[in-house]
Amino acid sequence: MLTKRIIACLDVDGGRVVKGVQFVNLRDAGDPAALAKAHSEAGADEVVLLDISAAHQNRSTLLDTVCRTARQLFIPFTVGGGIRTLDDATAVFAAGADKVSINSAALADPGLITSIAERFGSQAVVVAIDAKHSQATQQWEAFTRGGRSASGWDAVNWAREAERCGAGEILLTSMDRDGTASGFDCDLIRAVADSVRIPVIASGGAGGAQHFVDVFREGHADAALAASIFHYGVGRLEDLKEQLRSEGIPVRLPC
Amino acid sequence: MKTIAIVDYGAGNPVSVKKALDWLGQECAITSVPASVAAAARIVLPGVGHFSATDNLRRSGLQDAIAAAIARGAPFLGICVGMQWMFEHSQEAPQTSGLGLFDGESEHFPAGVKSPHVGWNQIECSADSRLFHGLSSESFVYFSHSFRVPLTSNTVASCEYGGKFSAAVERDHLFGVQFHPEKSGEIGLHLLRNFCEL
Repeated sequence: MLTKRIIACLDVDGGRVVKGVQFVNLRDAGDPAALAKAHSEAGADEVVLLDISAAHQNRSTLLDTVCRTARQLFIPFTVGGGIRTLDDATAVFAAGADKVSINSAALADPGLITSIAERFGSQAVVVAIDAKHSQATQQWEAFTRGGRSASGWDAVNWAREAERCGAGEILLTSMDRDGTASGFDCDLIRAVADSVRIPVIASGGAGGAQHFVDVFREGHADAALAASIFHYGVGRLEDLKEQLRSEGIPVRLPC
Repeated sequence: MKTIAIVDYGAGNPVSVKKALDWLGQECAITSVPASVAAAARIVLPGVGHFSATDNLRRSGLQDAIAAAIARGAPFLGICVGMQWMFEHSQEAPQTSGLGLFDGESEHFPAGVKSPHVGWNQIECSADSRLFHGLSSESFVYFSHSFRVPLTSNTVASCEYGGKFSAAVERDHLFGVQFHPEKSGEIGLHLLRNFCEL
């Protein structure tokens, strides 16, 4: 049976792993290559590296980080942040990434999804969506530029459009829950997961094992991503997977 | 020549395969030169993306080089689309022919399961497979594909997703895996080592 994936996310700034709480208050949590390998050995099913400083950092620092991380990682490895063109994506693949995650640039030009998919395959293109609940519409809106600007897209419609353009997966972050450790936004995740055929990775709000149970069961997620609960040892991956299995959720165990 | 040729036909990412073989200490090179492929000790044909990309193999002369190496007994491993190319056809690109080393064609997943099939799934492998030697008969490996090869008489590992399909095929010195050993952690590295030591 296809298992539900637990994905470790490394937010990287200037070649170091940090983790923001709702995009501010960064804390240094170490070297990306070492952390990625540690996560893989602990049982993470994939690693995502997000360069959160991409807009104003030297790209060569990121490519060097990707290269060092990829060299000792033999599980799927996704890189995102600041990928604006096919050339940006090509450089990240050449450095050793298996997939790229694109967000603002895809909203600005959905054709970028298609051009990367045609060159590297849809399986290599993850479209990341930062979604925020609107009291006015009772829907979720997709935000751009690291959560700073509203895009005008409804998150569900944008996910459908991204799939139509050739995206292979959707990485869906609840901005309302990100960094709060109060649980995934299962309503948001389910609304998107039930609207597309491609896998949906839930992100934002992971705080404990029950949150993962909920997002797989109630949110219909194919995978769930978390950062800080792994880096700071709040939850051991193997314990998390044991608990998921005991709840009847298929996971890769032993890893 | 002891080198393992990792065939680069302009699609997907041979870098991941090279990283894994480098990690295993194997002498290997990414190449798109037919003469290098024809002379290689072993050949790995990685593959991600669309089946039609394998047209490049025919156009570039790499297909003839691969066929020549196989004819003189060089072990061959096709990964993902590389495995599908070892069959006759794929429903993904009906106008593109495979090498036809195995009979049959790859087909769509049935409606009712999400496609592509992405993630870690369990496979059941047969005890007498050389590729899976030393591995548990029920191992988790990483898949990422939209088309699949049905079970055949050469299937040595099967996987369940909307019905059973071929996760691996094997005959003599010919091997194909639908999953990505270069992305399947320790199990994948073990399998690649088996291939290198055949």
